[in-house]
Amino acid sequence: MEKKRIVHYINNFFAGIGGEEKADIPPEVREGVVGPGLALQTALGDEYEVAATVICGDSYFGEHMDEATETLLAMIKEYDPAGFVAGPAFNAGRYGVACGSIAKAVEQELGIPVVTGMFTENPGADMYKKDVHIILTKDSAADMRKSMPKMAALLKKMMSGEEILGPAEEGYIERGIRVNYFAEERGSARGVEMLVRKMAKEPFETEYPMPVFDRVAPNPAVKDMKHAKVAVVTSGGIVPVGNPDRIESSSATKYGVYSIEGKDTMSPEEFMTIHGGYDRAFVLNNPNLVVPLDALRQLEKEGEIGELNNYFIATTGTGTSIGNAKGFGEQFSKKLVADGVDAVILTST
Amino acid sequence: MVKEIERAGIPVVHVCTVVPISLTIGANRIVPAVGIPYPLGDPTLGDEGSYKVRMKLVKKALDALQTEVDGQTVFE
Repeated sequence: MEKKRIVHYINNFFAGIGGEEKADIPPEVREGVVGPGLALQTALGDEYEVAATVICGDSYFGEHMDEATETLLAMIKEYDPAGFVAGPAFNAGRYGVACGSIAKAVEQELGIPVVTGMFTENPGADMYKKDVHIILTKDSAADMRKSMPKMAALLKKMMSGEEILGPAEEGYIERGIRVNYFAEERGSARGVEMLVRKMAKEPFETEYPMPVFDRVAPNPAVKDMKHAKVAVVTSGGIVPVGNPDRIESSSATKYGVYSIEGKDTMSPEEFMTIHGGYDRAFVLNNPNLVVPLDALRQLEKEGEIGELNNYFIATTGTGTSIGNAKGFGEQFSKKLVADGVDAVILTST
Repeated sequence: MVKEIERAGIPVVHVCTVVPISLTIGANRIVPAVGIPYPLGDPTLGDEGSYKVRMKLVKKALDALQTEVDGQTVFE
């Protein structure tokens, strides 16, 4: 019997092509398994064949999403696959977005089962969980051994037309889809039982979880920019040379407040980036690419802005948990308010 | 961080390369940047060219801050 063909998507890093310095490579295709494809092949078993691996750099994908998706789709189509797997991307943000985007496109355009995998805080998870099945993984590649078999198992079920059970049973991230079923007890009995548990302070599980939307309404526009105090905040990891606060190059647990008083430009002798999630070569050469001090100082001189705040705030965005980022924001915003800042430019790499 | 700054009452503009991520996290004023390894500027255009690109983006960011929005808005 002919084996069912599978195509697998991975990034530059997992393909062994290189790290951040290779994140700008355009899409390419290779026959057979590459890197984590081996674990995928093992988990799928003999009836399936990972026929090809498509690869794209994370930065390239992030900067050319539509074009890259189209090119990859054409490459995938060539192999006439029965199923498609992307990643897993764990907590790598750009990789997660790429996996979700391609998986969605393959499902829509080729009409075949697709599976990907991510950590719950990966931005790709929120963006694509409604569109595709995303197996929930831990936040690092150390979880590859456990996540790949789950992805393979779900894909096999989909390809054989078996019923896909709920998120808890199959291990994927909740998609917000409701399925009718016959419960043993009627609703009123279940409701009362839940209420009794709640009153007894026992754990209970709601049958109707509310979606979590954390949205903040926009503030009114700045009325008088010529008299406004403007501050810069960045997730691009810009710190004084030597990194005095020892901010982590990924998964940051702190932020820094750094003076730019009396400075007209971000000199590479004074500032550097410690961000571990992009090729730092350009920014090490000219940190103004992330903290645009030269341009803002000029606009301050021309009177376009009232005043540039005399410090900027920086942390590393890559891999940093939402909880930490939120905590940083709460804390430093108090300082910004106390220092009379009227507007903030936040730059992200 | 963008949302916490907004929540504290300060208007904020997010200058970032991957706009879909910014939309997902809930930034309200978004200005697309040039590239991941060089968001504000373009070193391939030389120092002067790169500075011009940066100045243009900073002005666009300031314009966004001076524009009333009633929801998430991408300033192309």
